[in-house]
Amino acid sequence: MIDTQKLKSIPASYSRLGWTLLILGVLLTVISFVINPKHASFGLIMTLTFVATVGIGALFWVGIEYVSSAVWSTPMRRPFEFISGVIPFLIILAVPLLFNMTTIFEWTHRALFKDDPALLVKAPYLNIPFFIVRTIVVFLVWWLFYYLIIRNSRTQDSTRDQGLTTKNIKLSAGFIPVFGITLTIFSIDWLMSLTPDWYSTIFGVYLFTGAAVASMAFATIVIVKLNEKNLFPVKITPDHYYNLGTFLFAFSNFWAYIGFSQFMLQWYGNLRDETVWYIPRIHGSWAVVSITLVFMQFVIPFFFLITKPAKMDPRRLVFISIWLLAAHALDIYWMVMPVYNPDHAVFALSEVAFMILSVGILLSVFSFKAKGNNMVPIGDPKLQRGLEFHI
Amino acid sequence: MSERLYGITALFDSPEKVLAAAKAATKEGYKDFDSYTPYPIHGLDNAMKLKRTYIGIVTLIIGMTGVISLVTFTWWANSVDFPMVTGGKPFFAWPSYVPLMFEMGVLFGAVSTVIALLAIWLGLPRNSHPLHDSEFIKKISDDRFGICIEAKDPKFDQKRTESFLRTLGAEKVEPAYYEVQSFTLKQLVLDPKFIISIIVVAAVSSGTVYWGLNKMLLIRPWSSLNDQEKVLPETRSEFYPDGFAMRPPVEGTVARSQMPYEFTENDLVSAEKYLKNPLLPTPHVMQLGQRDFNTYCSPCHGYFADGDSRLQGQFPNPPSLHTDSLLIAPDGLYYGVITNGFQGIMPSYARQIPRDERWAIVWYLRALQKSEHPEASVAK
Repeated sequence: MIDTQKLKSIPASYSRLGWTLLILGVLLTVISFVINPKHASFGLIMTLTFVATVGIGALFWVGIEYVSSAVWSTPMRRPFEFISGVIPFLIILAVPLLFNMTTIFEWTHRALFKDDPALLVKAPYLNIPFFIVRTIVVFLVWWLFYYLIIRNSRTQDSTRDQGLTTKNIKLSAGFIPVFGITLTIFSIDWLMSLTPDWYSTIFGVYLFTGAAVASMAFATIVIVKLNEKNLFPVKITPDHYYNLGTFLFAFSNFWAYIGFSQFMLQWYGNLRDETVWYIPRIHGSWAVVSITLVFMQFVIPFFFLITKPAKMDPRRLVFISIWLLAAHALDIYWMVMPVYNPDHAVFALSEVAFMILSVGILLSVFSFKAKGNNMVPIGDPKLQRGLEFHI
Repeated sequence: MSERLYGITALFDSPEKVLAAAKAATKEGYKDFDSYTPYPIHGLDNAMKLKRTYIGIVTLIIGMTGVISLVTFTWWANSVDFPMVTGGKPFFAWPSYVPLMFEMGVLFGAVSTVIALLAIWLGLPRNSHPLHDSEFIKKISDDRFGICIEAKDPKFDQKRTESFLRTLGAEKVEPAYYEVQSFTLKQLVLDPKFIISIIVVAAVSSGTVYWGLNKMLLIRPWSSLNDQEKVLPETRSEFYPDGFAMRPPVEGTVARSQMPYEFTENDLVSAEKYLKNPLLPTPHVMQLGQRDFNTYCSPCHGYFADGDSRLQGQFPNPPSLHTDSLLIAPDGLYYGVITNGFQGIMPSYARQIPRDERWAIVWYLRALQKSEHPEASVAK
């Protein structure tokens, strides 16, 4: 019942578009580095965060599918696996930043620490050698789980060995807590430490909600687009779409919940170490960005996705997925850029490069990974039940 | 007792057949028919071409009503009826209302959904159904699947409908009758059985809640918080013969922390004249004074005693403490004012600030005055 003839097809236009955007993005990034290295470095942090959250978020969804033994998503698991293929390349994005840390991170200047007891306490954590070690360890751990889980999933296509599913369930059960810890470390290192005085215990969760929405949105776009062109070898029904839409809806709400919890507690506590992060973001043109973000990532998707037909309609799903990806980009922009310029919002070549490069990396890696692989896990014992899924 | 035809019922022995029958009936043009199954069957709503329920709209509207009423009430209570500064926030501090808005939205939405669901499903005020207690429904609640095409359908014709249902492979096709009287409003709502059952349910549920909250929680072992070995207010101590739980201080002594104030409340003149600051301006005293000044005095007087209140006009602004007459006023005046309040506007701080700390505040205030008027010789 699965047409094996079509299993390896992916339109060439995808990889063409992906490579074009990738090359253009790299060019723009290099140019922006020549024009303004500091601004460009912040732009590269945004790119790194965007690509990392989408990639590791996709692997998180794969892990969740294994751990919960979900069947509905099995026919659509491969796109998630392909997206998580960006994980090995994250280090390439991080390297220019690791050589450039003194221009980005305020805490690399030890002189600041003298007058600030709050920073002095953080000195054992915030120092360049430990930062580099952490970054490498985090990326290595991600790559390790990515490699093992994806390899088992691919091997199953040819061997049809059910034991590999059991193996992956165990691996995923290990991966998910590790994912929680490493993503928190990533968020503290690359985003929270930009404002070294600030701390928020919920920040890792905040980044996780954004990662979950963005990776789900990106996967939804490619699944719907491939299915529209009949390139998916199996039939994806509106019932499958309904679940994708439900996850988009749920995690957009979860994002708002976590984001608001963080804001309200820090606003209410009114302590210097906490409000220092929000003060630039609620004044001047950054306030406009903040309010736009709330509408982009929560209010509009909430009303857009709340009805059942909206979650089942592929065209509306693609629209809101693109919308939510843009919202995630704005979210990262909002987290990173007020550090570069606290007075007013900035938009220059670096921001353009950020968006083009991010999409370019994701799309080219996706099409590269999809080219030689089956679009559905044909060896997975859950596949048949997943195809018959209805709500 | 007049009987009326409700519809034609048909029983099937498998869910596939009832699904096919529902499809066929829809195709044939019947609209007023319903399927009866012992458990939910996938795809039946599509086969019957049921319209989407409007219950979500009810939830949304009533939930939003909850949110809006909460916002209106808190706004009115906190900024119109009883404006009170809480945590130094504005009166209408909307971020702190958001969790309440969420909860009220969920509460109103959930309760209204349940009520609307019951109302739609039962077709209130109907409290029974013409097929209730029939042989047909007994089979349904056992192991059969059924369809009933109702007589009010415009395409309904007893003979044609019966033969149509037979062609679908029904194992039993029967007309269903009901007594007209038992479905009049009077019979439905004023039925003694119905009313009594409602009263019994209300009495049992409210009685259970009342008993649970007011009685059960006072029985051991739930009552551990109530059973404490202490003298409660308005009761006699059995330990001391005089019946008081609090002991009076030993006669002729004064506790260190409870040195009485020497003069009457309004006698600032004596305070000015006789009181001297017993502390020396050591760094420790100055720091203590600064801490207390910033905590207790600065909200109204400002951090530099300029009278620039941080309270945004919610209280009358006090005058600056840098005026010429206050610069030369002796320490005793400040101490007296902190202890007793001033002119009914500034309250007494005797309860919040211990005696020594009041004197420390006076020292810190002197330092503030000196910092702005280095040339003036402030009194002691």
